Amino acid sequence: MTEESSKDLPEKPPAPASPPAGPILFYNEIVIEHFTNPRNVGELENPDGEAIVGDPTCGDQMKVHIRVDSNIIVDIKFKSYGCPGAIATSSMVTELAKGKSTDEALMITDDDVVLSVGGIPERKKHCSLLGIKALQEAINDYLRKAKDLG
Amino acid sequence: MRRVYFDHNATTPLDARVFEAMKPYLTDAFGNASSPHHYGRLAKQALERSRVLAAEAIAAKPEEIIFTSGGTESDNLAIRGIAYHRGKGHIIASSVEHHAVLKTCQALERAGFRTTYLPVDPHGRVDPNEVKRSIRKDTVLISVMFANNETGVMQPVAEIGSIAREHSILFHCDAVQGIGKSAIDVEEMCIDLLSLSSHKIYGPQGIGGLYVRDGTELSPIITGGHQERGLRSGTENIAAIVGFAQALSIAIDEIDTYRVTVSSLRDKLESELLDGIDRVEIHGAQAERLPHTSSVGFSSVEAESILLHLDLKGIAASSGSACTTGDPEPSHVLSAMGIAPERARGSIRISLGRENTEEEVDYTVSVLKDAIKQLRSISSQ
Repeated sequence: MTEESSKDLPEKPPAPASPPAGPILFYNEIVIEHFTNPRNVGELENPDGEAIVGDPTCGDQMKVHIRVDSNIIVDIKFKSYGCPGAIATSSMVTELAKGKSTDEALMITDDDVVLSVGGIPERKKHCSLLGIKALQEAINDYLRKAKDLG
Repeated sequence: MRRVYFDHNATTPLDARVFEAMKPYLTDAFGNASSPHHYGRLAKQALERSRVLAAEAIAAKPEEIIFTSGGTESDNLAIRGIAYHRGKGHIIASSVEHHAVLKTCQALERAGFRTTYLPVDPHGRVDPNEVKRSIRKDTVLISVMFANNETGVMQPVAEIGSIAREHSILFHCDAVQGIGKSAIDVEEMCIDLLSLSSHKIYGPQGIGGLYVRDGTELSPIITGGHQERGLRSGTENIAAIVGFAQALSIAIDEIDTYRVTVSSLRDKLESELLDGIDRVEIHGAQAERLPHTSSVGFSSVEAESILLHLDLKGIAASSGSACTTGDPEPSHVLSAMGIAPERARGSIRISLGRENTEEEVDYTVSVLKDAIKQLRSISSQ
């Protein structure tokens, strides 16, 4: 090795600009808090829209009831069978949807849910889709019924 | 926070006596057992003394013990070792084997081997007659575990061994969960290859062994410097081997006390859960089981959610199902027993150890009661 080329070698490896962004392995505090104290659990009597998605034989299941007044989701309840990720994200979906117009609520994405709970382990990302699907189906159920009545 | 460890089938704490026995080989006696000098001789002596201890534990001869890196490697060496030596043929394994056996058999299928996976009854047992019926002219190996890691259900190993012997077929038994918890005699049980692990019996992790009956021909899966009769090359991990042999020896010496201690705790746990919570079942309860393992199924709830509630209260247990991927498959063991997927998904495994107490069982039962109640109150089922 020539003297010149050895000068080019850094004295020590450069420090990474930011901590390595690996997958999240465990649930964070927000997820655990929603898991232990889920919001809006239950059912509504004569809901304006309802949906049940998922199949407990092969995965998680979520049931959603909504009450709609002048196109605003004034109340929402859920019940869920599944892992902590499914329960926590279901709870967060109801929090995000409550008080929003049906149009606004239909725009909520699974990414919004994951962001709101401060991230979720990679292998649990699919959980947040279930809540979104249930919400959208419940709203569509409401819109269908409203149209039939109208 | 208060901590309760109920996951002894995953791993166990290191016994203080085992740690003491290992210490010299982690410090002053650091030699390579293949070296011809003083340091090498010290290591070699420890290695061979350990081999004698390990052999005594299963009524084998010292030269029949091959030290490996653990249960998984032992299973691989047994199954691949026989398969590679024979070149082709048919392998029989039970459908409730550990993945170390099942995935190895599946890999061999891709290399042209034929396999038969034996079903189990609703209690998790293999029917020896089914073993007999599955034997073909080209069967080279039968592999059935001593006891299952999820349910603790024991297999009729001696019967299967004698069937294998009658047909001159080699019999491999994965005894990773059984050793030290139930007496194992390779002669009486006609076992030709027996997989052992250290860290399930209060020994160190990363070490195990394979018993290979005298005269059994198999090919190595790791080649190199010809250690362990050429069947497992690589410098021996002396400290770990000493610890493993010590742990094995202690486990065999204290097996009676161990069985009484853990079985009374397990029985207490199960009866309190059955009394205190609705819609609970103990999988494999009708079969002969290891004294320390309980597979408990709760309806309308999901195992990982139960386990997180337990973890938040300082209790470590595990899941019967491997919910590690995006597509949670229920446990292959519970599925093979005919347990419906939604019941399997609500099953947890509690595996006790000799250091557990009645008070810990009481605490766990009360935490479980609350957890199940809470989860059922939000369950859509």
